[in-house]
Amino acid sequence: MEDDAPVIYGLEFQARALTAQTAETDAIRFLVGTQSLKFDNQIHIIDFDDENNIINKNVLLHQAGEIWHIGASPADKAVLTTCYNKTSDSRVVSCAAVWRMPSDWETGSQESPDDSAHNPQTLELLCHLDDSAHRNAACVLWEPMGDGKRVISLADNHALLWDLQESSTQATVSSSATLEGKGQLKFTSGKWSPHHNCSQLATANDTAIRGWDLRTMSQIYCIENAHGQLVRDLDFNPNRQYYLASCGDDCKVKFWDVRNVHEPVKTLEEHSHWVWSVRYNHSHDQLVLTASSDSRLILSNMVSISSEPFGHLVDDDELSEGEDNNQEDKGQEPLQDSVVSTYEEHEDSVYAAEWSSADPWLFASLSYDGRLVINRVPRALKYHILL
Amino acid sequence: SSNGPLPPSDGTKRRVHGMLKMYYGMNEEGKAAEMAKSLDPCDINGPHFDHEVFLNKLRRECSLAELMDQETCMVKQIRSLDSDMQTLVYENYNKFISATDTIRKMKNDFKKMEDEMDGLSANMAAITEFSACISGTLQDQHAQITKLSGVHTLLRKLQFLFELPARLNKCLEMQAYAQAVRSHRRARCVLQQYSHLPSFKGIQDDCHAIMDKLAQELRQKFRDGGSSAKDLSECVELLLQLDEPAEELCDKFLSHARSRLESDLQGLEAEIRPYPSPSAVKDASAHRPVSAAAAGSPTDNAPKTSAIPSPTSNTDILEFIDRGCNEFVSSLCLVITSYQELFINHAQTGELASRNIPQMASGKLNAFVDDLAARYFSLVEQRIQEEKGVGDNSLLVRALDRFHRRLQAITKLLPGSAVPNQGTEIVMRAAKERVKQYLSALQSFYMDSLRDVRQALAAPRLSVAAASVAGGGALLGGPASGRDAPNSLPELLSSLSASILNQIKSVLASVHLFTAKDIAFSNKPYFKGEFCSQGVRESLVVSFIKFVCQSSRQFCDSAGEKGGSTPPALLLLLSRLCLDYETSTISYILTLTDEQFLVQHHSPVTPVTSLCAEAREAAQKLLNHYVKVQGLIISQMLRKSVETRDWVNTIEPRNVRAVMKRVVEDTTSIDVQVGLLYEEGVRKAHSSDSSKRTFSVYSSSRQQTRYATSYTPSAPMDTNLLSNIHKLFSERIDIFSSVEFNKVSVITGIIKISLKTFLECVRLRTFGRFGLQQIQVDCHYLQMYLWRFVSDENLVHFLLDEIVGSSAHRCLDPAPMEQSVIEVICERG
Repeated sequence: MEDDAPVIYGLEFQARALTAQTAETDAIRFLVGTQSLKFDNQIHIIDFDDENNIINKNVLLHQAGEIWHIGASPADKAVLTTCYNKTSDSRVVSCAAVWRMPSDWETGSQESPDDSAHNPQTLELLCHLDDSAHRNAACVLWEPMGDGKRVISLADNHALLWDLQESSTQATVSSSATLEGKGQLKFTSGKWSPHHNCSQLATANDTAIRGWDLRTMSQIYCIENAHGQLVRDLDFNPNRQYYLASCGDDCKVKFWDVRNVHEPVKTLEEHSHWVWSVRYNHSHDQLVLTASSDSRLILSNMVSISSEPFGHLVDDDELSEGEDNNQEDKGQEPLQDSVVSTYEEHEDSVYAAEWSSADPWLFASLSYDGRLVINRVPRALKYHILL
Repeated sequence: SSNGPLPPSDGTKRRVHGMLKMYYGMNEEGKAAEMAKSLDPCDINGPHFDHEVFLNKLRRECSLAELMDQETCMVKQIRSLDSDMQTLVYENYNKFISATDTIRKMKNDFKKMEDEMDGLSANMAAITEFSACISGTLQDQHAQITKLSGVHTLLRKLQFLFELPARLNKCLEMQAYAQAVRSHRRARCVLQQYSHLPSFKGIQDDCHAIMDKLAQELRQKFRDGGSSAKDLSECVELLLQLDEPAEELCDKFLSHARSRLESDLQGLEAEIRPYPSPSAVKDASAHRPVSAAAAGSPTDNAPKTSAIPSPTSNTDILEFIDRGCNEFVSSLCLVITSYQELFINHAQTGELASRNIPQMASGKLNAFVDDLAARYFSLVEQRIQEEKGVGDNSLLVRALDRFHRRLQAITKLLPGSAVPNQGTEIVMRAAKERVKQYLSALQSFYMDSLRDVRQALAAPRLSVAAASVAGGGALLGGPASGRDAPNSLPELLSSLSASILNQIKSVLASVHLFTAKDIAFSNKPYFKGEFCSQGVRESLVVSFIKFVCQSSRQFCDSAGEKGGSTPPALLLLLSRLCLDYETSTISYILTLTDEQFLVQHHSPVTPVTSLCAEAREAAQKLLNHYVKVQGLIISQMLRKSVETRDWVNTIEPRNVRAVMKRVVEDTTSIDVQVGLLYEEGVRKAHSSDSSKRTFSVYSSSRQQTRYATSYTPSAPMDTNLLSNIHKLFSERIDIFSSVEFNKVSVITGIIKISLKTFLECVRLRTFGRFGLQQIQVDCHYLQMYLWRFVSDENLVHFLLDEIVGSSAHRCLDPAPMEQSVIEVICERG
């Protein structure tokens, strides 16, 4: 059972921002935002043809500035948000905005791919997610599985909940929360929980992880010193509502049950440098992807704390389509957590990794030198999980 | 044989013969052939011989000459048969003649004998007549004599009976109890039998009264108990003979003994209990210094634990056990001996044995001994448990030895008793408990030592002179007292490991007392085998080593992630300690133990190698943690310095930033610190101009090649080829990786962590022109000083290249500074 070789795509610029196109469930599509201080920045739309193992790319211009964070709307596949740096008068300002892709980017590129490389189309600005009081957005989060009307932006020590109106051309802050405390507190990262009717938010600042109730915009839990150093990223277990993964500069990946903020449920120490990104697989939450500045991507199989600790137990309906013919004749003994695979295709720090929204067995990772690598879950493991 | 002449018609005999032949396994054919032969009418010796047939056959078959021969032969045979027959007839005749002669002679002799017999019978008849006559005359007198003799005997018996009360009284007066009892016993049956006669009844009553009195007296004597053992035994014997119930006697005897023994036990108990009255307390406090002085010993190295005497005991354990042995055990032995003498040995010889008295008596004795011994043991155990101070073991061992030895006396007296075994078990338990106490003492000693080391590390560095004067007792009150306070890492390490080793040795010496030759219980199999291997080796020595490793490892876990409360120097020191343990100390300690205790490993024991592996693992973990902690401290400085500055609007660099100097200083001091404990290690040869290497923003060749490759494809490409090309150019660097046990590797690890942090922080910022130039200056400065610390200077070059390259990429106006200017700034400091 040979696994397919990884597919590598090189960008011209350095890049940190990567997301899967959430609204697109048929095609395997990733969005990458570049970082360049000298040239116009781009958004690369990467389509992966699973059958032929080829990548198709389309480039859209993002002239506002270098992209630090990118998020795709869950409802409209043409809409996305970016957080970007703008330099003006020798000052660097961080901004956030909602964009729409030009309607004909797809058709145009396919007919004449060479032209599109030379004359890329430009993104259409829908609205800014800034006001004078709130600047320096670190990231923008879409409401998971929502209708594309609500986003949260994390700017300095504020969490702002925006309502998008009139085809997203207008955004108003409907409520906000502020992080109070000594010194200059700043949100570094956050995640909108898909559970509890999307009423919870988790944020990271310095070494702490905080949970927020969006209805009252108040803090509901706080994991102090979740990591020895800075917390870099968070992700919610898509199937277990209280489970949360976090990673940070202490080279560790920790799994939390937010009902017990004193101790992590599990800790992984596989990376040899800071861990920048952690992602649960959307369907099979035992598969966890971590990206680190040691230039490695690690796929772990965290069976013991997944929603399927004895292999496949969840009803077929809960899984995405196409996996209906699963058998339930698994052995009932708990499986061991293990590192499935370590991917060494990157040469520079890997700052982002994402699962595809269309194919649960496929993921992309992006390193600073602009290299995007698309990998698959090893077949042996895939069949082990399915059968 | 079948051809031999057999009597004809002897069918039955033939049949028997045939059966015998069958029995002996001769075949049927032989028989058949024989049958055929004997039926042959031509067989001249056969029973069925027919002369006609024979003759016809001869005539038919033989020639004339043969016939002639046959005839001659036959005639010859007939003649010889005739002569044989004649001889036989003659012989028989002669015998017949001599027989006739003999019979005639006998007839004559018998006639003479008959006459003599007649004479004899006549004489006998005369004698019988005389005898009858004599017995007839003597008959009367004989009957009279018999009667007289009977009367005489009866009279003597009666006289004895009548005299009995007086005699008994006399005996009573003379205290000749034995004679009295003997007499009474003789008369008792008769009196009983004839008690229906009034006179006899009177005698019996008198006797009873006297005997009751006698019994009373005996009992009184018995109860007094003051009389000698012989008297007492006589007393008991007599009482037994008087049908006094043996059980009651036993009980009385034992309860009498019990009261005495219990007073002994109470005496012992009083020693365990704290004195209740104030005057007694005063007495105890007056007593205490003596016992404390006795508890202190020259081998005592842990003053904290042993200086405190057991708060409740007033005498030391040896005195206590001595008193127990002298008072309780010896009187118990006395009681057992006399009891056995009285009830068991005596009874076995006399007729009393039939009454099951020995069994009953020994049952009672066993119960009695068990009961009292149990109380004694509980007291002893209570006292042993109070013996918490680990200072002097010899006292305890001697006490236990005495305790054990004295109990052996009971083994001799009561062979089946469980008491000595229980005593041995107490000794075993005490030994086990002792080993446990020693382990915890060792552990607390170790923790105290660590605390002292920590204090010594935390204390500000005093001048050597000051340290030798003031630091002596004040800093290290515990293990190193009496010496100058060690003020450098190697000295701390050696004093720590020496004091631990000394402590282990002294503990081993103390424990060794349990197995000394002159200690009686050291011969027990427990002390020869299990105590040595499981007790001392496993639960003392091995447990302690494991504890050392474990507590060391805990410093890595519990110290927290923020650098923690553990000073890095302590981590380094412990790591070296564990490494030393791995290389030599563990095997030394275990060899020492095995030699001292001649451990025979019946049960599986922890092998040296696994302990060594554990120690090495701990050492590695500690060193890794040290690298991490130190790297983190430097990282934190670098990170703050990058994050808090506005790099876009900074001024033109004139100096190396102070934080870089701080980094170099810290690295140097770490280098010195590590160098104190670890060897140099291997480093790659330096190039001649290591400190003078140039950085050029765009000559950062590695970066250029990298981006060159990524510019071209922008499309799927052959992945293997690409990754291979990259692998040709660089080796992956693991930042937080395991380090080797040498200085260079440790420092390399720390520098790697620091520079990688620097790189990642730079990538998150945006730089103006002067910002980039400042980074250039800083990196050049780091380059000048850091290369000498690491194993491979290329590593530093590579990381600094990356930092400068990344900041160039993050620069809005990338105009690098002239190399010469950089050098001038750096050399200025």
